[in-house]
Amino acid sequence: VIPPQALTRDLDAVVVGTSAGGVEALCALLPMLPANCRVSFLIVIHIPRERPSLLPEVFATRCALPIREAEDKEPVQPGTIYFAPPNYHLLVDRGPALALSGDEPVYFSRPSIDVLFESAADIYAEHLMGVILTGSNQDGAEGLAAVGRAGGRTVVQQPESATMPVLPEAALQKGPVDAVYSLEQLQELFSCMGTRGDR
Amino acid sequence: VAGSTFDIELPLLLEAVYQKYHYDFRGYALASLKRRLTHAMEQLECRSLSQLQDRLLHESALFPVLLDFLTVQVSEMFRDPTYYRALREQVVPLLRTYPSLKVWVAGCSTGEEVYSLAIMLHEEGLLERSLIYATDINASALERAQAGIYEAARMGGFTENHRKSGARSSLSDYYTAAYGNVVFDKTLRANMVFADHSLSTDSAFSEVQLISCRNVLIYFDRQLQDRVLGLFRESLCRKGFLGLGAKESLRFSAHSHAFSDFVASDRIFRKEDS
Repeated sequence: VIPPQALTRDLDAVVVGTSAGGVEALCALLPMLPANCRVSFLIVIHIPRERPSLLPEVFATRCALPIREAEDKEPVQPGTIYFAPPNYHLLVDRGPALALSGDEPVYFSRPSIDVLFESAADIYAEHLMGVILTGSNQDGAEGLAAVGRAGGRTVVQQPESATMPVLPEAALQKGPVDAVYSLEQLQELFSCMGTRGDR
Repeated sequence: VAGSTFDIELPLLLEAVYQKYHYDFRGYALASLKRRLTHAMEQLECRSLSQLQDRLLHESALFPVLLDFLTVQVSEMFRDPTYYRALREQVVPLLRTYPSLKVWVAGCSTGEEVYSLAIMLHEEGLLERSLIYATDINASALERAQAGIYEAARMGGFTENHRKSGARSSLSDYYTAAYGNVVFDKTLRANMVFADHSLSTDSAFSEVQLISCRNVLIYFDRQLQDRVLGLFRESLCRKGFLGLGAKESLRFSAHSHAFSDFVASDRIFRKEDS
């Protein structure tokens, strides 16, 4: 098992994808992020459409880092957590800046994890980490493979420790990943995401 | 499809499309454009963007197909009902003061929003003195918009949206069903004008009181977005209204000072005197 500290060096951004059981998993992970963290976090969690997302409010009181719902053309700030808004895909564009799209759902999902991960891999390449957590469909598996191909780091939640193993299993079937972690190991990983200066 | 070869091919293809067909996608936001082109490449069974470019330059019939991949945007009638409710309750009372009204739906795609606005204006008693300009760069999307034919299966969702928008009538009053489709009433179209217009290359439109341009600007880069907002400023009458998509803002635009929030939560802005 690769120790978490070895994976967090020289990171600009972390993309996280999850669906069923994801709120609970993120509740265990996001509060672990240290206040001096300079990494940007971009998160897709599948939630019902049409409903205003309460996620930023849910996490705001528990986290040391600022949390926002992503806005189109917004420059990506270090040490900030962004959630994809319901019913839009979230992408990373040159800048790096956030971009939204209303294109077709992927695996019935909008926002789609694949769309975020693939566009982020394109921009951040080896300075990116992709994290796949609990989830009930395969959206995200392809995206994580794209992160790996671009030289980024790939982490998957251990299927046995996930509320829903479908997504982690799909991600593992796509090919080798850098680390398969239990929720506790993921907590350790998130707690050592410090300043970007640790290159 | 990350990787440098694709990144080299992309601007070349856009340039080729511009030179040959005079459609300008060079100011589109890259991340979405890449996805759409990758999808087009797969569907058209091309191994690379260069191969797609080769075919586009030599098979004119392929261009409309690509245009659909790059532009067609499936929308819903009364998408984001609170937007229509805000227009109805807060903008319409001010629009009533004009003897005649002009509304511009910029980037109307297959027309769902055009019919939504026409129905709302009809319910508010304003349609007869209104003219709705509906523009897009995709001729086949405009034809579909003009036909006003939609799948019957979509009406359940549209009806629910319409109801939530503060409807004063039933959506079914406005269409007739036939063979799994519905056709919207011709009388709605009497006050619509459909026109080919490119936000990338064409100039400002006739003076209008309201522009609705929803989920179009997200596909443009900041420079093109600024160009388009400049067009909107020129086209709007004094104190005219601009409605954007639920997640679009003017915050990152050079024209942000030219507009004030009117209904911030529904992204309705008002042109300020400058």
